[in-house]
Amino acid sequence: MGRSFGDKDLILPNGGTPVGTSSPASSSSLLNRLQLDDDIDGETRDLFVTVDDPKKHVCTMETYITYRITTKSTRVEFDLPEYSVRRRYQDFDWLRNKLEESQPTHLIPPLPEKFVVKGVVDRFSEEFVETRRKALDKFLKRITDHPVLSFNEHFNVFLTAKDLNAYKKQGMALLTRVGESVKHVTGGYKLRTRPLEFAAIGEYLDMFALKLGTIDRIAQRIIKEEIEYLVELREYGPVYSTWSALEGELAEPLEGVSGCIGNCSTALEELTDDMTEDFLPVLREYILYSDSMKSVLKKRDQVQAEYEAKLEAVALRKEDRPKVPADVEKCQDRMECFNADLKADMERWQNNKRQDFRQLLMGMADKNIQYYEKCLTAWESIIPLLQEKQEAK
Amino acid sequence: MEQAPLDPERQLPPAPLEPLGRSDAGLEATGGEEAEGSRDAGSGVDTMTENNFWLKKIEISVSEAEKRTGRNAMNMQETYTAYLVETRSVEHADGQSVLTDSLWRRYSEFELLRNYLLVYYPHIVVPPLPEKRAEFVWHKLSADNMDPDFVERRRIGLENFLLRIASHPILCRDKIFYLFLTQAILTEILWSSQIGPTEFYYSADSRLKALNATFRVKNPDKRFTELKHYSDELQSVISHLLRVRARVADRLYGVYKVHGNYGRVFSEWSAIEKEMGDGLQSAGHHMDVYASSIDDILEDEEHYADQLKEYLFYAEALRAVCRKHELMQYDLEMAAQDLASKKQQCEELATGTVRTFSLKGMTTKLFGQEAPEQREARIKVLEEQINEGEQQLKSKNLEGREFVKNAWADIERFKEQKNRDLKEALISYAVMQISMCKKGIQVWTNAKECFSKM
Repeated sequence: MGRSFGDKDLILPNGGTPVGTSSPASSSSLLNRLQLDDDIDGETRDLFVTVDDPKKHVCTMETYITYRITTKSTRVEFDLPEYSVRRRYQDFDWLRNKLEESQPTHLIPPLPEKFVVKGVVDRFSEEFVETRRKALDKFLKRITDHPVLSFNEHFNVFLTAKDLNAYKKQGMALLTRVGESVKHVTGGYKLRTRPLEFAAIGEYLDMFALKLGTIDRIAQRIIKEEIEYLVELREYGPVYSTWSALEGELAEPLEGVSGCIGNCSTALEELTDDMTEDFLPVLREYILYSDSMKSVLKKRDQVQAEYEAKLEAVALRKEDRPKVPADVEKCQDRMECFNADLKADMERWQNNKRQDFRQLLMGMADKNIQYYEKCLTAWESIIPLLQEKQEAK
Repeated sequence: MEQAPLDPERQLPPAPLEPLGRSDAGLEATGGEEAEGSRDAGSGVDTMTENNFWLKKIEISVSEAEKRTGRNAMNMQETYTAYLVETRSVEHADGQSVLTDSLWRRYSEFELLRNYLLVYYPHIVVPPLPEKRAEFVWHKLSADNMDPDFVERRRIGLENFLLRIASHPILCRDKIFYLFLTQAILTEILWSSQIGPTEFYYSADSRLKALNATFRVKNPDKRFTELKHYSDELQSVISHLLRVRARVADRLYGVYKVHGNYGRVFSEWSAIEKEMGDGLQSAGHHMDVYASSIDDILEDEEHYADQLKEYLFYAEALRAVCRKHELMQYDLEMAAQDLASKKQQCEELATGTVRTFSLKGMTTKLFGQEAPEQREARIKVLEEQINEGEQQLKSKNLEGREFVKNAWADIERFKEQKNRDLKEALISYAVMQISMCKKGIQVWTNAKECFSKM
């Protein structure tokens, strides 16, 4: 079986498996990629995908949003240098399922959550659509950046096919067969010992998800407090205006303070919006990401369990025969491939995570700095107004 | 012992021999000197140069507060706070001050002093006392009367009260005020012999009248009506402001404190990370710093609230002056009415005509005319009363004019003081906000630095 490719026996509409790219996930190439990440993107990348221009479609049966996906590539797998297609959420969902089936040993990035309770969020509101667009864009970019997933032929079809539905139907027939080889080994087997490093990854993920969950709650709580603070500020400022109407000499200073509080309120609202639209979704993506990671880890454990069970069975039957049957060997092979893929993906994930969080948290700090700077400017601007009056008197 | 033997030399404080440069200029100077940062330091600069004999000679401070337990009039055990009132005289040459008097007073004694001032100076906007119980506080502050923070703020408030009186051009010369500062032992006698009865009179009679007078005054002075309206509005706007500000403080407190949770979770998270660990850990530390910085910020803001509160209570003092004016106007109108009716009676008797239907007219018709002597005698009595009434009306008129003149002068003084004080309060509030923003920028810049190392 080709290294890390569970899709060997698929009929590829575009023709050909991406041979020669089977091990770009090795640690050395990963290192290269990382260094290059800091470079200007254009230099080394040969595949660019963006999601933009959401459009609402109203049909008799349903209403939905499609997003434009623009692909630019110099890769040979692409016939044209540029593609532009429209896809809806369920197409993304289909892609993700396909990737999970065809690349079971790899970590598939998460999609934004399918749906929230109806009525709670307006599915067609500008903010919601924009947040989702960003998340879908991130999803495709993560696949694009992946040395293996980006060559997946379903991905290729997703990016290029004029009529994705036709392809979907065609794929249905194959699905079951492909599924067989990667079907989770359900139940029965019990893992003897999970290798330390995977056990550690598992523990890490549990803890990581837990902490992110806490951060998510804290962030939501902060936003809630900020919104309530905003409500009070909105009442607080005008009181100074009311007061100023009573006064002569004090009217201007009081009006100044009122305006100042107004400016601070606006700055606070921007901060809250930024946190809601930029901070929370990234956090959520990583929570989902760690779930994907956990499910891959589980699959790995199952493969190992399968191997161990087979080995045991062999040992019981033929104690004296040194030769291990082919299917056991194949199974061992599969486990080792899995381990290698998983390790590489985990490493890549760790690096992405580090960069993403650095960016996310620095962004949070930046937004707060900007907020305080706006307030500072507002308050500083009224000081001379107050003092001048004082001296003039 | 009706009157305590007072040293005549000391009956009056070294009152200003010349008129003060600006009526209330001294307060800012003393405020800057003594309340140590409780007022904006910049405020004293221009006022320091003003001529102010009284304040150059004497410094007043409420320097300490102490919890005490004693027995009240009902012989019940009670706990109260006593405040140390210190008076120092300042030598002209070197500016050194010598402690001249130092005595303990409790809040109720301050109240007595103020009530006395209210009665004796009806035309003056008497400085208010700090609140008896904490009001408009945000939930983190205790509303307990014995709470150290509250006691401390009240100490500052009481000191401010004394300084306000000391810097008032008229009140500062008051004898009782001087005794309040200097004669611990005399107080009981003074309270009972002088303030006691007046206070009784004041509360039982005048107040009641004052309240009802509102509905009866026929020709209210437009200026006072407007002023009364203003003080009502001022009171309502400031109390609204204070209420909302307390809520704003509550919310702000929440926003900061919730950030403190990042401190904990970053620290826990850092334990499972390799490269990111250090950055997270130290960023968490900055989040802790951020969360705890709000305590000082809001404590400073409380001072601003206290400044506003003083003016909330000043609004009441302003209204008291208006009410007294109203009462005076009412008395005047009553006297005028009385005089008019007597004049009419007199005229009726003299001419024998009855213009309006009255009981007297009826009796006359029923029982015939009285004897001419009787009538003469009655006319004479009435004429005397009319004379007296005219005199009274004249003096009341004069008194009223005097009151209006004095009251208006003090109101003008008060307005100036208010504008200056509040402007200063607004500046210091803006300065506080600026410092909060700077702190915020600092903390987040530090945190960003940590994040960037992840």
